[in-house]
Amino acid sequence: MSDTWSVAGRTFTSRLIVGTGKYKSFEQNAAAVEASGAQIVTVAVRRVNISDPGQPMLTDFIDPKTVTYLPNTAGCFTAADAVRTLRLAREAGGWELVKLEVLGEAKTLYPDMRETLKATETLVAEGFKPMVYCVDDPIAARQLEEAGAVAIMPLGAPIGSGLGIQNRVTIRLIVEGAGVPVLVDAGVGTASDAAVAMELGCDGVLMNTAIAEAKDPIVMARAMKLAVESGRLAYLAGRMGQRRYADPSSPLAGLI
Amino acid sequence: MQETISIRVNGAHRRVAAGISVADLARELGLEPAKVAVERNLEIVPRSTLAQVAVEDGDDYEIVTFVGGG
Repeated sequence: MSDTWSVAGRTFTSRLIVGTGKYKSFEQNAAAVEASGAQIVTVAVRRVNISDPGQPMLTDFIDPKTVTYLPNTAGCFTAADAVRTLRLAREAGGWELVKLEVLGEAKTLYPDMRETLKATETLVAEGFKPMVYCVDDPIAARQLEEAGAVAIMPLGAPIGSGLGIQNRVTIRLIVEGAGVPVLVDAGVGTASDAAVAMELGCDGVLMNTAIAEAKDPIVMARAMKLAVESGRLAYLAGRMGQRRYADPSSPLAGLI
Repeated sequence: MQETISIRVNGAHRRVAAGISVADLARELGLEPAKVAVERNLEIVPRSTLAQVAVEDGDDYEIVTFVGGG
C-alpha cells in the first residue's frame, strides 16, 4: 500500500520531519536522520563563522540533494526578521519551501500569531511556500491557510518541552478543518506522543529535541519512525469505539 | 599603497581592497561563494551576480549559511 503525502507539489513517503539542532556531533545527527527515515530536515540560517571558515558544515554530513532542507526562522520575533531570514535562505538553498515561525517570547517560545500571519502574507506574495508553525487554534489555522500557508504546523506543547500533545481536541479540529497538510510541530517527548499525533489524523510530525536529547538519539530516531508509521496505520485502520464498561472478547455461548 | 575601503561583514568592521567584487570578498573570507547567501545593505545579492557586484565603501554585509536547527 502506498501511503504518501504532498506539500507544495512535492510528495514524500516519510511523515516524520526531524530537526538538526542540539546534536553532539554532525556524525550523530546524520546517523539519527538516517535512522528516522526522514526525507525532510529543518535547518536554521545563521551568520557564517568568519573567524574560522574552515569548520565542517552541516551540508558536508547531510546532503541537501538527498534530504530536503526546510529552512526555518527559529529565533525570529518579528515578521520582518523572519521574512529577511527566509529571503537569505532562498538564496542559499534555491527553493521556496520554508518553515515560518515567529516567536512571541523567549520563555514559552509561543508563536506570535499576529506577526506570523503578517509574515505568511508577505512570503506568499513573494512566491514562497511557507509551512507555518502556529498555536493549536483552529481559527488561527484557518486564517493561515487562507493567507496561503502550504501546511499548518500547530504546537503540541511548547518547543523543547517534551510534554506531549496537550490538547487533542484542538489538534483534531485543525485536522478536520484544514485543506492543507497538518503536522504537529513541537512538544513531542517520546514515541507515544508521535503516535497520538498521527492517530488524530495529522499528516506528519516534526520534532528535534525528543530525538537529539534522548540518551541514545539514534535508537530514539528509529522509535519515532516506527511510532509515526504505527500511528498512521492505526488512523487509517479506524480505531474501535470506546465504552464505559467491559465487553468480553471470548464468546459467552458454550460456557461450561 | 593599495587603496582600501571600509565595510561591515556580519556586524564587524573590515577593510578590503577597493574594486573587489562580492565573490572576491567571500573568497577573501575563506568562504565558497556557492555555499553562502549574501545580503548587501539589506538587499539579497543573487548568487549568479556575486562576481559582478562591486564592494563599495560603507557597505554592510550579512553572509549566512545553513546550520543545525529545529
